[in-house]
Amino acid sequence: MTTLQPPAAAEPRPAPPPARREGRSWTGWGFLGPFVAVFALVFLAPIAYSVYLSLFRDQLIGGTTFVGLDNYGEALKDDRFWASLGRVSLFLAVQVPIMLGIALLVALALDSGRLYGRDFFRISIFLPYAVPAVVATLMWGFMYGTRFGLVGDVNSALGVSLPDPLSPDLVLASIGNIVTWEFVGYNMLIFYSALRVIPHSLYEAAQIDGAGQIRVITAIKLPAIRGALVIATIFSIIGSFQLFNEPSILQPLAPNAITTDYTPNYYTYSLSFNGQQHNYSATVAIVMGLITMVIAYVVQLRGMRKGV
Amino acid sequence: MTSPVVTVSERSATAPSGTPGSVPRLRTSRRRHSTDKPRRSVLLTVLTSLVLLYSLVPLIWLAISATKTQEGLSRSFGLWFDGDFALWDNISQTFTYDDGVFARWLLNTLLYVGLGAGGATFLAVLGGYALAKFDFPGRRAVFAVVIGAVAVPGTALAVPTFLMFSNMGLTNTPWAVVIPSLISPFGLYLMWVFATEAVPTELMEAARIDGAGEVRTFFQVALPLLAPGIVTVLLFTMVATWNNYFLPLVMLKDPDWYPLTLGLNSWNAQAATAGGEAVFNLVVTGSLITILPLIAAFLLLQRYWQSGLAAGSVKE
Repeated sequence: MTTLQPPAAAEPRPAPPPARREGRSWTGWGFLGPFVAVFALVFLAPIAYSVYLSLFRDQLIGGTTFVGLDNYGEALKDDRFWASLGRVSLFLAVQVPIMLGIALLVALALDSGRLYGRDFFRISIFLPYAVPAVVATLMWGFMYGTRFGLVGDVNSALGVSLPDPLSPDLVLASIGNIVTWEFVGYNMLIFYSALRVIPHSLYEAAQIDGAGQIRVITAIKLPAIRGALVIATIFSIIGSFQLFNEPSILQPLAPNAITTDYTPNYYTYSLSFNGQQHNYSATVAIVMGLITMVIAYVVQLRGMRKGV
Repeated sequence: MTSPVVTVSERSATAPSGTPGSVPRLRTSRRRHSTDKPRRSVLLTVLTSLVLLYSLVPLIWLAISATKTQEGLSRSFGLWFDGDFALWDNISQTFTYDDGVFARWLLNTLLYVGLGAGGATFLAVLGGYALAKFDFPGRRAVFAVVIGAVAVPGTALAVPTFLMFSNMGLTNTPWAVVIPSLISPFGLYLMWVFATEAVPTELMEAARIDGAGEVRTFFQVALPLLAPGIVTVLLFTMVATWNNYFLPLVMLKDPDWYPLTLGLNSWNAQAATAGGEAVFNLVVTGSLITILPLIAAFLLLQRYWQSGLAAGSVKE
């Protein structure tokens, strides 16, 4: 998963009342100004520039010409783009529920207070988050390898031949495993932090009503951390759609399985840096950004609407 | 955490000594507050251990593999040591191979993390404090825009940012990596939530009445109170910068400016190029060296960042 910044961890809350209603002044800008200035340079300007680029085309003859929305039309008919989008959608549909499911189960187990060595579990399962995606992918790539990897070891030790994790059929699942490994602990910690702040009085009330463990989970704990669940889902979706590091680093190990248009991001990267098609690359990036935002928005609406 | 199941067992445990006729509800509720520790479950511990194994086995594999020579890597079982213990040799080779370029990458990474994560944290703390404690024109709009921007895929921005920076002559310089790292919407959000609760407005008013200016109030009154939040934001921006791969990949051509992540991948890839020397033992050892500082930081600062994260999560 690639992000220029860390994904948000906590659930958004409505804005708290400003501290000083009586005197609206410009003082706050003195503190916020530096952030906004850099933000404009590294977020807003590239977005605007990207939109500008997407309206032009670099012709072999005649140089750069204004083509209006032609690039968008091309992107919508581009089979390579749709194939890569299909791939990350499949990835998303399988990997995200597994990852978040495991994270949630572990968070509930930690929160139940019924584990031996809870703190050890919490910090150890979180540790892979501190491992760079590059190192994680190199590491898993070695382990997947049949030459000096664990898969090879198991094959020779047991005299079996496990399927090659880097074969075209399995490589998407292998990437899913790497991403799951990297982010299970992180999501677990988000859920766990949210669970910790549920008021104990709710549990006491449930207890008086004779609610069992499962009922407490479904009726109190899950609704209470719904915000955290929605946010984690949204950021996992964004992460899946941005998939780049893992496939691009595995690519030399699995050249037949991973093409340079394997994911939308990989595709925009290849278009821009191997193909010099900056304008079309910007267009694909914008289309992908829009799709991501729409889906994130829909998930957020649905997630927030499901009433208690 | 109290759970109903546990209280049932507590109740039955105390029943024999309980006087008949005492008020049960009152009793149990008193007991509950004194013993907030439910019975441990072996089954649950075993099940969670499966996830623990999944998380730790690759790291154990890495640590063990770092002790092996290039030949040892292929001839020995992945999760046990080879005959030759080559860890020290690997470490010194990692730092001396190719004129010590690894040390250069390490210094680059430290530079990017110092300027990028340090700067990002500073901007986020200032901005979060402003959003939490001041009412100013455009406050809501700013926050909406920043949060909306989080949904923009970071990699979608990389290509236009590259072209922009290229026109400004910034690509292939450290600035191309540092400047985009300076913005952490998550950091801003966390500091905003944190500052709302950690800095009492009355304290700020008191400082102002005593004649302190806004800058002084911030540094002397607010900053110390924000410490756990700052540690949390700093750790997460550190991880983001230390682990950054895509941005430097796009921005940097000269290996002398590579961070560790890019350098390690180039070592790994060189085996596949014609005439390139395979240095898998160095890739593995270098990977281990790359992750140790972050893991150490997380372990040492646990108390601070966990409280910071919990405070940012939800309010009780």
